[in-house]
Amino acid sequence: MRSTPAIDARAGLAKLASYPFHIATWVDEAGYPISVAVEASVDPETLTATFDPPAGLSVPTDREVSLTGSHIRPQPGYGYDERRHVTVWGRVTSGLRPDSMSRVLTLAARSAWGWDESETPFFEYSERSVPRSRRYFDALSAERGTPVKPRLSFGFLALRSTRLPFLTATIVPVVLGIAIAASHGTFDLWAAALTVIGASFVQLGLNVANDVFDSVQGADDANVTPTQFSGGSRVIQYGLVSLRQMATLATLFYVLAGVIGLILLATRGSTALLVIGVVGFIVSLGYTAPPLKFVYRGLGEIAVAVGFGPLMLLGAYVVQTRGALAWEPFVASIPIALLVALILYVNEIPDRRGDAHAGKRTLPVRFSPRTIVTGYNVAAASAYAAVVVGVVLGILPVPTLLMLLTIPLARQVSAGLMPNYDNPYGLMAFMGVNVRLHLLAGVLLLVAYVIVIGAMAIAPGVDLFIG
Amino acid sequence: MATIPAPVTELLEAALVAELTVVDPSGRPVTYPLIPLWDGERVYMTSSTLFSRKLEHIAHDPHVSVSVTDPVSVGGREDRVTIQGDARVIDDDPHGGWERLLPIWSAKEPAIVSFLKARVALPLFFERALIEITPRRVMYWPSGDASVAPQVVDLGKEAA
Repeated sequence: MRSTPAIDARAGLAKLASYPFHIATWVDEAGYPISVAVEASVDPETLTATFDPPAGLSVPTDREVSLTGSHIRPQPGYGYDERRHVTVWGRVTSGLRPDSMSRVLTLAARSAWGWDESETPFFEYSERSVPRSRRYFDALSAERGTPVKPRLSFGFLALRSTRLPFLTATIVPVVLGIAIAASHGTFDLWAAALTVIGASFVQLGLNVANDVFDSVQGADDANVTPTQFSGGSRVIQYGLVSLRQMATLATLFYVLAGVIGLILLATRGSTALLVIGVVGFIVSLGYTAPPLKFVYRGLGEIAVAVGFGPLMLLGAYVVQTRGALAWEPFVASIPIALLVALILYVNEIPDRRGDAHAGKRTLPVRFSPRTIVTGYNVAAASAYAAVVVGVVLGILPVPTLLMLLTIPLARQVSAGLMPNYDNPYGLMAFMGVNVRLHLLAGVLLLVAYVIVIGAMAIAPGVDLFIG
Repeated sequence: MATIPAPVTELLEAALVAELTVVDPSGRPVTYPLIPLWDGERVYMTSSTLFSRKLEHIAHDPHVSVSVTDPVSVGGREDRVTIQGDARVIDDDPHGGWERLLPIWSAKEPAIVSFLKARVALPLFFERALIEITPRRVMYWPSGDASVAPQVVDLGKEAA
C-alpha cells in the first residue's frame, strides 16, 4: 500500500501549473541538493515546463531535475492549513527562446508525486502510511538487536485498546433494567453493581475480540479511513499491542465476565438468567468470531440489537427479580436495541470499502446509500413508535414519552448521512450525534423510571400507566 | 570561520514551512515541505515514522538542502535562501526524544500542543525522528529574484 499514490507526469504538471512559483532542484557536483525559486511555464499537453536559467548557477542536463510547487495557508494562533505539494521530475535541455533568442531551460517531465489534503485527508494519508511506520520500527529493531515499538501511556493504551468510552452501550440497558426492576419493588445494590461490572466485561471482551478477529480476517488492515467511531481500535495495526496480547486480553475479559456470571447464578440464579447468559456469550463471541461471524454475514445489527437490547436489559432485570420476567422490560428494551443497532449501522458506512475487501458483507456493503438512509429512518421511527405503542397499551409508564425529546437528534443524523456518505471525516460528526442519541434516549428512559419510583414513594395512589 | 548571515537566520525563525530536499538512492532530489526549527546553531526538522522514507534516504546519503522560498510562509518577506548541509537522523527515542524541539515547533504551530495531548487519537504521528542539519553553504537571494546571482557563504566543514 503506497502512502501517496504516484501521479502520472501529465497530472503532476497540471497540478504544478496552479502554483504561483516553482522550486527547481537538482543535485550539484558536490553531491548536495540545490533549490532555486523560478516561475515556470507549464504545459501538460507537451509534458514540459520551461523556465529561465537562474543566474550564477548551472542547471545540469545529465541528471534528473525536479520542479516543486508547495502551498500552505497560515492560520495565526493555530499554525497553517490547506497543505498541498507536488513534484515533477525530468531531464532538462537548454535552448533559445524563438522570440527573444534568450536562453531557456525545458524540463521534459517523466514522473511526479505529491499530496493534497483536500483530495486525501490527513487522517487517511496517515492511515495509508502505517505499513511504512511498521517497516521503520522493524528496521530499528533489527539495527539495535532489540525490539523497538511505538508506545502509548498505559491509560491511553487501555482506553484505546478496549474502546472504553463505548461502554455506554452496556451501561444504558443494564441500568435501565435495574431501574425497571426497582420500580417493580425489587432492588439489590450488590447484585446491581455486579451486573454492571459483569456486563461491562462482556462488552470489553467483545470489543477486544472484535479487533482480534477483524485483524485475522483482514478487515481492519484493509480499512484506510478509520474514525474514532469506526474501523476498530487499530492498536494491532499500529504495533502498539500484539495480536496475541489482544487475544489474551479478550480471554481475560470473558473469564472475568464468566466468573461474575457464575456468582450471580449462584446467588440470584434462575433458568431465565442462565439462558440469557449463555445466549449473550454466544452472541458476543459470535459477533466476529468464526464460525458464526454475524457481522460478516450482514447480521451484525441484529446481533448488537439483541445483545445490547433485550439480553442486557432483561438480564439485569432478572438478576434483581430472581428470574421473574415481565413484558415491560422487554418493550423498554426495543427502542434501546434499535438505537444501539443504528450506532453500528452508521459506523459501518465509512468502513464499507475495507469491509467489502475483507468479505464482511455488512448492510452498507450490501445496499445502496438511499436504501441505507431509508433503513435508518425506518429503524429510528420504529424506536419512537415502540415507546408510544408501549405507553398506549399501558405497558410502559407515561413518562417514558420523554424519550421523544431525542427526535431532533435522530433527524440531525438522518439529514447528515447522504451528504457525507463518501466523506468519513464529515460523517464523523454525525456518528458522534448518533452515539449521543442512544445515550440520551437511555438517560431519558431512566429519568422516566426515577419519576415512577419517586411517584410510588411520594404518592402511592398515582398511576403513571394508561389504562 | 564564516557564519550564517542574520537575514537568513531570521528567515529560518520566521518560516512556517521550508523545503527539505534529500537525495534518493538513484541520485534524484526529493523535496518535502517541513517546518524548519532553528536553534541558533543548526536546522532541525522532525519526521513521523509514518512518513519515514526521507529518513531512509538521509541514512543512505546525508547530503541535504533546506530552502525557504514561499513569501506566504514568512509573513510576506521576498528574500529567499537555500542552505546545503549534512543531515543526521536522531531516533534514539522516537516516542519522546523529539519533544526537546517542541518549544520552537509550537511557536510556529501552536495547535501541535493540543494534538500532542490527544496523541491517543493518532499515536504513530507522534513517533518521530529528528533530522539535525549542519549548514555547510548558504545561497541567499535578497530580492528573491533568481535572475540575480545569489550571495554565497561557504561555512566549511566545521559546524556553523
